[in-house]
Amino acid sequence: MGVSDILELSAEATAAAAHAGELDPGELFAFYRSRAQEPEALELNCFCWLAAGVPDGSSAAEAPLGGVPLGVKDLFCTAGAPSQSGSLMLKGYIPPYTATAVQRALDAGAPLLGKTNQDEFAMGSSTEHCAFGAVRNPWDRNRVPGGSSGGSAAAVAAGLVPWALGTDTGGSIRQPASFCGIVGLKPTYGAVSRHGMIAFASSLDQAGPLSRSVRDAALLLGAIAGRDRRDATSVGLPEPLALPQRTDLEGVTFGVARELSAQAGAQAGGIEPGVQAAFERALELAMSLGARIEEVSLPHAALALSAYYVLAPAEASSNLARFDGVRFGHRSGDERARRELYAMYAQSRSEGFGAEVKRRIMLGTYVLSAGYYDAYYGQAQKVRTLIAEDFRRLFAGEGRAARGAAAPKVDFLLTPTAATVAFELGAVQSPWQMYLNDYFTVPMSLAGIPAISIPCGLSGKPGDSASGMPIGLQIAGPAFSEGPLLEVAHALEQALGFDGSPARRHRGLGHAHVNGAGGEAGGIHQGGPA
Amino acid sequence: MIDRAQVLQIAQLARLDLSEEEVERYARELSEILTHVERIAAADVTDVAPTAHLALAEGTLRADEVQPSLARADALAGAPEASEEGFLVPSPQA
Amino acid sequence: MSAYEPVIGLEIHVQLATATKMFCSCAVAFGAEPNTLTCPVCLGLPGALPVANAQAVHFGLMIGQALGSELAPRSIFHRKNYFYPDLPKGYQISQYDEPLCRGGELEGVRIHRVHLEEDAAKLIHVGASGRIHGSETSLVDFNRGGTPLVEIVTEPDLRSAEQAGAWLRLLRATLRELGVSDVNMEEGSLRADANVSIRPVGSTQLGVKTELKNMNSFRFLERGIAAEIARQEAIVEGGGEVAQETLHFDPASGSLEVMRSKEQAHDYRYFPEPDLPPVLISEAMVKRARAAIPELPSARARRLRETLALPEQLARQLAFRGELYAYFEASLAAAGALQPTPEPRLIATWLSEELLPRAAGELETQGGNVPPAALAQLVALLAAGRLSVGGARQVLERMLAEGGDPAQIAAAEGLEALSDEGELARMVAEAIAANPQAAEQVRAGEGKAIGPIVGHVMRASRGRADGQAVSALIREQLGL
Repeated sequence: MGVSDILELSAEATAAAAHAGELDPGELFAFYRSRAQEPEALELNCFCWLAAGVPDGSSAAEAPLGGVPLGVKDLFCTAGAPSQSGSLMLKGYIPPYTATAVQRALDAGAPLLGKTNQDEFAMGSSTEHCAFGAVRNPWDRNRVPGGSSGGSAAAVAAGLVPWALGTDTGGSIRQPASFCGIVGLKPTYGAVSRHGMIAFASSLDQAGPLSRSVRDAALLLGAIAGRDRRDATSVGLPEPLALPQRTDLEGVTFGVARELSAQAGAQAGGIEPGVQAAFERALELAMSLGARIEEVSLPHAALALSAYYVLAPAEASSNLARFDGVRFGHRSGDERARRELYAMYAQSRSEGFGAEVKRRIMLGTYVLSAGYYDAYYGQAQKVRTLIAEDFRRLFAGEGRAARGAAAPKVDFLLTPTAATVAFELGAVQSPWQMYLNDYFTVPMSLAGIPAISIPCGLSGKPGDSASGMPIGLQIAGPAFSEGPLLEVAHALEQALGFDGSPARRHRGLGHAHVNGAGGEAGGIHQGGPA
Repeated sequence: MIDRAQVLQIAQLARLDLSEEEVERYARELSEILTHVERIAAADVTDVAPTAHLALAEGTLRADEVQPSLARADALAGAPEASEEGFLVPSPQA
Repeated sequence: MSAYEPVIGLEIHVQLATATKMFCSCAVAFGAEPNTLTCPVCLGLPGALPVANAQAVHFGLMIGQALGSELAPRSIFHRKNYFYPDLPKGYQISQYDEPLCRGGELEGVRIHRVHLEEDAAKLIHVGASGRIHGSETSLVDFNRGGTPLVEIVTEPDLRSAEQAGAWLRLLRATLRELGVSDVNMEEGSLRADANVSIRPVGSTQLGVKTELKNMNSFRFLERGIAAEIARQEAIVEGGGEVAQETLHFDPASGSLEVMRSKEQAHDYRYFPEPDLPPVLISEAMVKRARAAIPELPSARARRLRETLALPEQLARQLAFRGELYAYFEASLAAAGALQPTPEPRLIATWLSEELLPRAAGELETQGGNVPPAALAQLVALLAAGRLSVGGARQVLERMLAEGGDPAQIAAAEGLEALSDEGELARMVAEAIAANPQAAEQVRAGEGKAIGPIVGHVMRASRGRADGQAVSALIREQLGL
């Protein structure tokens, strides 16, 4: 097989070719490594570090993942390779150990191609808040790839790597998958070990795959999931994941929640007409495959974003306290910081953290502080209980229909992944406006349930400013339903027939204002294998 | 809703050294965010238990068995200031 | 008598004798080279996660049961947030409103709570360092960081510095017996802070309390509390008000200094530790902990009182000091094989009043020259009347100096009690003859006058005579 054909293969097919001896894993790695360094690829600024070569490539062909290279979000610790979580605070930081999820993927035969850029400490929905430059959307380089796993999403969409690991706290896998026209899965909380993931919000963070197909996502998730004795909150999946093959939806009932649909209106930031149209087409398609669609209610889902922006910053304010300039990371060189302990802390942290991170640390510190805890943190924890209970009832057949009548048991919930397609760089300035990107994804995060985003079409009429941008469909299921969830996602994916290839043909070049705008984009650090 | 004094107090708790411009900006932005966040007050949480953990994991204690520690040089490798023996900081009493 | 009553509560931190740290698998060891017992977890490196040590939980449950606490079926860890170089994560993992154990009581002092947490690292001041521009510098050693701690908080039920010291000794004996800690105050495996307030005698309200820290020995604890009580009394006598603050006891000067606070404004922002699921305590865990608890000092004192008829003080003394009790038990066992078997109470008395004052330091090594069996033999000779009290003391002195068998020493030194009635009668007659005036006074009813006559007999017998028998014989010969 020639390397020119590789790009059109799924990760699964690539692995099969390696297993069959039709592809040499070393050549495969070299192909992607070289592709990631093409000028057009560098402009996307997906990677902050590229491996120098394939580690121990000889046995990869026999391994389950067949030597298919992997992109890994910067916040996963990788021994021997920089792990910076998109922050100046950790610039050049090389951890002494490797995250469990990454190690499992490596052990399964997916060598680390590079570390991908992200919003600093995973706080963001655009990957503009990255110390190593903003990432560009391969469908339109004036637009953001979403975030915070924007580097992983853009790299997969652009065919710079067949698949990648991301993390999702409130939508950070699903929303960039939606913006980049790929598949992104946030597993059930606890399915994948968090050990070695530089934490944002511990009770919400979860690692998952970004890929070009649902089957690839299943393949990668199967490799990384599992209980880990180094993460007390990890439980793994109840049974091994089979590669999904379902093509019909007979007997499947999907719920569409009033609170997570166009009816949510302006509070949701307003669903763009193009997104709404694509969502409705997906519903029709699902019915044509035999599925039932039920209108349902998640009474507390509209409060999810508000609760999330109490809980996640609160945990973050504590998780980020370890960045103090003592054992690792940035320490201020200021004269006062060298003499006084308080100044060492305050100046090191102020210099090392970006504006969004500081904003969330401040918010989180405030909602936990004396006198405010009950009204904010305590109340948000209770609202989280109500939201999780809404989902539990929905999937147990105890939910309410949209008009108050008892609803039938719903197998999965469908929503748009995001209210909009990818927006232009710099277009969203207000923090809350940016947070609204997570409106449809945060409820599942709070409930800890799995949700996948698959591409369901392109936006707009030709000639519209936002035409031809991908739109994501979110499918959510009960805790640990990854197997069936991937099956229905696969059926819908096959029926939708989304074509992501335009993003792999480098295009949108020649925008003068784009050149060099990616910060340190051109300067990918390179190193030995992790 | 959040004034300058509160911003300074929070920043001190969080060990952040803010510029004058940042103090103004965060007072404004945090206040705006809180107006959205405060919608949670509307929820009726009578008899509702708080969720701190998703309570999916069980039996998560660790056996009391020693594993090798890091070599000291590796432990100190990332330190901004260190001697051969340990991490150095400005003395708290200084 | 002071017009004020002190009200004292203790907060005790106990380093648990586990093999590994509270939340990681690094070894716990005292005195290792700095920063050689660390890992990503106890260094607080990015991405590292805590996993709680099952043995620490087990020890916590043992302590809770030993103190009669209620064990929570479900307890959770909290984060206590503050910045300090000895705190790698910027928060300490501790327990807050759902601790492992609540309530309980030890010898009249109520327990408020018992919870698990992790120890801080150690800061070592290294002076001006060239590395940091000649500024005052400290080195952080994370070896101790993450060592499992149990914090025991009492209710304010103690009323004096001495009582606090005595109670803490009992607690230490209890923990030592449980085998859950080295309980060494000098090495810091047992640390006590005291909350002290005073109130007018008769009042039931609590006064403003201060917190005393850094009392790293029993003596310092008692001195510190006494000094603080005196300081508060002086303030109140002078018309002032005690301020709520934390004080640092300086053992060198015996004075108390206000400590600088770690944070200008204490706001620890406790919230549930999301990295650790709730600790669920099963019936099996409770049973296992209960089965691991040996007889504890309190119960032992009661048993010694009730079954061996030891007086209260003696029972507590033996029960609360592990090495003393071990000696007593061994001696008692050896005595069982002797005929006639000496009374346990006599052995206890001789251990406490005769051997202990002469050989305090040697009891840990099972008595040195006087092993438990030898004391039993000595007391048996005494009980059988083969040695007088005085004779037995002389034999004990010889045993302490040279070791050896008490019966052989008594025989070789001619210290055996006078069993020959005729010889004793002759000695008594001689003594009466030598003290005619005293004899006359005794006859006249002055009982105390018998002393010189008894003394004469004791000298003549070199202590071998039994004092009571001598008195009786004198009175008999005087016709009384």
